[in-house]
Amino acid sequence: MSTHAAELGSNYLTNGFSLKSWLLTKDHKRIAILYMISITFFFILGGLFAFAVRLELLTPAGDLMEADTYNRMFTMHGVVMIFFFLIPSIPAVLGNFLVPLMVGAKDLAFPKINLASWYVYNLAGIITLGAIFMGGVDTGWTFYTPFSTTYSNSYVVLTVVGLFINGFSSIFTGLNFIVTIHRMRAPGLTWFRLPLFIWGHYATSLIIMLGTPVIAITLALLAAERSLHLGIFDPALGGDPILFQHLFWFYSHPAVYIMILPSMGVISEIISAFARQKVFGYHFVAFASIAIAILGFLVWGHHLFVSGQSVYAGLVFSVLSMLVGVPSAVKVFNWTATMFKGSISRETPMLYALGFIGLFTIGGLTGVMLATLGFDVHVHDTYFVVAHFHYIMVGGAIMGYLGGIHFWWPKMTGRLYPEFWSKLSAGLVFIGFNLTFFPQFVLGYLGMPRRYWSYPDEFQVLNVLSTAGATVLGVGYVMPLFYLTYSLAFGRAAGDNPWGAYGLEWETTSPPPTENFHHQPVVTGEAYDYPSLEAKSV
Amino acid sequence: MWSDFPLFPRAASTIARDVDALYFVWVGISLFFFFFIAALITTFFISFRRRAGHQYGSAGDLKTLPLELTWSGIPLVITLVMFGWGAQVFFEASRTPADADSYFAVGKQWMWKFQHPEGVREINDLHIPVGRPIKLTMTSEDVIHSFYVPAFRVKKDVVPGRYSTVWFEATEPGRYHLFCAEFCGTEHSVMIGSVYALTPEDYETWLATGDTGPPVQVSGAELFDQLSCSTCHQGADQIDDGIRLARGPHLEGVFGTERTLVSGSTVVADESYIRNSIINPQSQIVAGWQPIMPTFKGQVTEEQINALIDYIKSLEVPQTAQQNVVAPPNASNAG
Ligand code: HEM
Ligand SMILES: [Cu+2]
Repeated sequence: MSTHAAELGSNYLTNGFSLKSWLLTKDHKRIAILYMISITFFFILGGLFAFAVRLELLTPAGDLMEADTYNRMFTMHGVVMIFFFLIPSIPAVLGNFLVPLMVGAKDLAFPKINLASWYVYNLAGIITLGAIFMGGVDTGWTFYTPFSTTYSNSYVVLTVVGLFINGFSSIFTGLNFIVTIHRMRAPGLTWFRLPLFIWGHYATSLIIMLGTPVIAITLALLAAERSLHLGIFDPALGGDPILFQHLFWFYSHPAVYIMILPSMGVISEIISAFARQKVFGYHFVAFASIAIAILGFLVWGHHLFVSGQSVYAGLVFSVLSMLVGVPSAVKVFNWTATMFKGSISRETPMLYALGFIGLFTIGGLTGVMLATLGFDVHVHDTYFVVAHFHYIMVGGAIMGYLGGIHFWWPKMTGRLYPEFWSKLSAGLVFIGFNLTFFPQFVLGYLGMPRRYWSYPDEFQVLNVLSTAGATVLGVGYVMPLFYLTYSLAFGRAAGDNPWGAYGLEWETTSPPPTENFHHQPVVTGEAYDYPSLEAKSV
Repeated sequence: MWSDFPLFPRAASTIARDVDALYFVWVGISLFFFFFIAALITTFFISFRRRAGHQYGSAGDLKTLPLELTWSGIPLVITLVMFGWGAQVFFEASRTPADADSYFAVGKQWMWKFQHPEGVREINDLHIPVGRPIKLTMTSEDVIHSFYVPAFRVKKDVVPGRYSTVWFEATEPGRYHLFCAEFCGTEHSVMIGSVYALTPEDYETWLATGDTGPPVQVSGAELFDQLSCSTCHQGADQIDDGIRLARGPHLEGVFGTERTLVSGSTVVADESYIRNSIINPQSQIVAGWQPIMPTFKGQVTEEQINALIDYIKSLEVPQTAQQNVVAPPNASNAG
């Protein structure tokens, strides 16, 4: 164990070594670690599916696997990545670990519910994996009816049951965050002194609480329709297939913001820490999170622009969707301004944060393009969309997740990782990512539809580039697994605050004690009050 | 593999140019903002790098409010302008010209079936004349498909139980990809075909060489008799000695009008309504009539329904109450 922690006595990691002490823990920090293990497993699984998809697309002919197999591959890639990686990743790992620390609390409001959420997540995962190993699902992660209810010959109901159960783990986490942020802040920690990470998680939790029940009901109706043929969505029975799309996207569009808002919170923390400045326009950034959360609920219809919905509905959804771009742009400008006259250091988390800004900007700009009615008709359901959502969700959420893991790793483990390897991996991720997904914008404008197992010859060059990029990206993603594990045993001791960052979590020891703080912290300054650190250090 | 490597799709319809213009302007705006941000970040990253010792930033001298207003205001204005322009292109693309030629398309796992107004049927290939607006009325026999011709920049979902329409006017002869853009099952990616845009002369020649069946409206009229629709929907709602002769409402001029149902609600007699009246007649009974019409579910294919719809559309309000139901001579049709 770290000598540093040893001097201070036991920390959350050394407080019991038995399996039972982990599996029955109510400590939010241990639950975060448990979640990290499960989520890493699903990320690797989803990544293997992605790689199968990319390999198949190396050649125009569908020659690597059967069409049916391919359809199952991209569906399971989407299902696993969205529901078992992107949605829970930052909240369940970083949020669980940090929300109580950042608000100066001993734990989350409902520790048992927190532990339950991890079990529910795993139960859901096992059920979904069961569906995968029995033969998989081939509907696309969007489960559009009547294909999913009537025509698909795959394990739709089992998958949907898994996702239904998984929703509860989200809700448990969201509930815990909301109550904790409202009720358990340290003395002096007013709303506008909260770190932006907390604002991001607060906005996300609101979406989770309001949206998840809707997807749960939608999936339940889908399962009922498929097994009992009720005629809700099936036109042959008088149902409406477009109704399903409305219900589905009413949740699944805001879900994108569940993925991205926590990540934005992470980026605010990292940039201010590595520029040693207050986040520029703190209030604007905080309110932009809330604005995005609210507007995010009003834009689902942009997934239905070519479904035959009325032209006027299209107009409303288009303008609202484009408005979401504004608070997003505000955030990008504020992060940039935060660097102005800063004292910027170039450690790995900062590289991830800057990578995030680059990818998020491209994803955001193409998103506003897609919301433009006349333009979307052409690229809807093509690779342009695939590129766009990967820039936002993968570029945005994963850069934030990896950046955050690197930023708080010393706090979580008490160890530093090897700087050279972590920088190399950050670079590979950035280059590999762009090489993978940028050509897909061009492919999409050329007209290559998504979910194609074979394609006309003229699309090949761009697909080859994309697959090559995916290989580089894959290497970049896998590297942290090795050097972070290595650092657990051989990393240098980190000390309490290796980056010289501001925030309550940096005032306790690394790793923190089970009760988080040795004394109840009292907050007297604004968030990111780097000048006060300066005063102390002089 | 390198011999054939396009970066831009062919533009072969009247709308294509408008969509491309939107695209280029958006790409320009995006490049500008991307490089602007990238340049700022790079400059800051280099000029404000941390030098030895503990150091803290000093950006406190930037004015927050004016900056925030500027950089929310500019994106807002750009966004709204682009929204207006995009909406205009979309309207243009959605408004079918009144003189468009009316074709039918049916999607089915995994093929496209087309009917020309002249009666020709095709599978996966669609021949059209350039310089004529073409309107496709589309439905699906099973799952949702999506009709997509990249070179025309048009796309529209094809939904079972509903009708959707799409129109385009080809500007350049050629052969273009036709894709299904909505995932529809195992062979989704091979549910592809070709649109052949021909000069009007070539189109005529092509029509003449193909085995042309009867025009769609005529086969609709034939079906109307074969299926004995005419026994109930006979002529006008004639009243003879105070007794209604017809057992069902007359269908002349019905298309596009508002119908009042027994429930009291109203419904516009569009394609979906007519289809529903054929497949599911009990669900929408017009006020004043008995629910006696049998369902024709399973007896008619989607294409036959299309022909019936086309025929019913063509029926005009009779001049005299006694007029007989015959196929109208001209096959043109303003949907
Ligand atoms: C790392 C996190 C990733 C996430 C969260 C993610 C997520 C998704 C999602 C949600 C879809 C849509 C699936 C569907 O339409 O049914 C998708 C599709 C796809 N992903 Fe990823 N992806 C990730 C990484 C990758 C990587 C590394 C690659 C390849 C290099 C990749 C390649 C693809 C491709 C080619 C598709 C399109 C499949 C189709 O045609 O629908 N993804 N991804
Ligand atoms: Cu299809």
